[in-house]
Amino acid sequence: MINRADKPLALVSVFFCGVLFALGLIISAMVNPAKVIGFLDLFGDWDPSLALVMAGGLAVTTPAFRLILKRDKPLLDSSFSLPTRKDIDPRLIGGAVLFGIGWGIAGLCPGPAITLLVTFDGSIWLFVLAMAGGMVFHRKILEN
Amino acid sequence: MENFTPYSALFGGALIGLAATLMLLINGRITGISGIFGGMLLPVKTDALWRGVFIGGLLTGGAGYMLMSGTPIDLQTQTTPLMSIMAGFLVGIGTRMGSGCTSGHGICGIARASKRSFVSTGVFMFTAIVTVFLIRHVLGGAQ
Repeated sequence: MINRADKPLALVSVFFCGVLFALGLIISAMVNPAKVIGFLDLFGDWDPSLALVMAGGLAVTTPAFRLILKRDKPLLDSSFSLPTRKDIDPRLIGGAVLFGIGWGIAGLCPGPAITLLVTFDGSIWLFVLAMAGGMVFHRKILEN
Repeated sequence: MENFTPYSALFGGALIGLAATLMLLINGRITGISGIFGGMLLPVKTDALWRGVFIGGLLTGGAGYMLMSGTPIDLQTQTTPLMSIMAGFLVGIGTRMGSGCTSGHGICGIARASKRSFVSTGVFMFTAIVTVFLIRHVLGGAQ
C-alpha cells in the first residue's frame, strides 16, 4: 500500500505544517501551562486569551475547510482522509472526560507538550512519556 | 485579567488554523496531534513516516523559535512529577478513547461542523475547568 502522504513533496509540506503549527502554539502562548490554567480557572484571575486562540484558529479553518472540501481531492493525494463516524458513543464522552482531567491537572495537551520537548524541561518529558504510555495502554488493553 | 494577551492569541491561533488548512488542502488530512502521534506508536501503522515528519516539524518549530529569538519558550509548570505522570497518562488514554484532542476536535472537527467534535470539545473543556477549580479552590493543592 502506497501512501501518497509519503511522497517527497507531500512530506515537505507536512514538515512545513508542523513547523507552522508549533510557531502558532508558541506565539499564542498555548504552550505555557500557566496560561492554559489561567484560562481554565474561571473562578480565579481569569485570562480569556485561549478563547481567542481558538477563535483565531476557527476563523481560518471554518471558511477554509468548507471551500477545500468542495474539491474532489486534496492537491497531493487521491482522496481526503476524514473521520467517518457520526454517533455520540460512551467512548467519545469518557475519553473527553479523561482528557479534560489530565489537561486540567497539567495545563498541557498533546501538541504543546510535544513541541516543548525541545526545552528539555523534566516535567514535560515525564508528561509526554506518560502520554505515550497511556496511548499504548489504550491500544493494547482497552481496545481489546 | 492583567495577563490577557488578545493580539498574540489571535495571531498565534490563526497560524495554527493556517497549518491545519494547508494540511487539509495539500494532503487531505486532519491535523489532530494526538492521532498523528498515537499512530506512530506500537504497533506501527503503515503510514508512520508522514506522522514522524509532522512531529519532527513541531520539534523543529520549537527549536527554531528558541534559536531565532534567542529566548527560551515562556514555560511555567506548577506540577509535581507525580502529577505530570498522572496527567500525561490520562491525556494519552483519553485522547485515543475519545478520538482526538484540542486540535483534532477543537480546531478541525468544529470547522467541519462535526457533532462528535462539538460534544467532545464541550466535555473536555468542562471537565478541565472543574478539575482546575477542584485543585485550585477546593484542595488548594500544588497550585
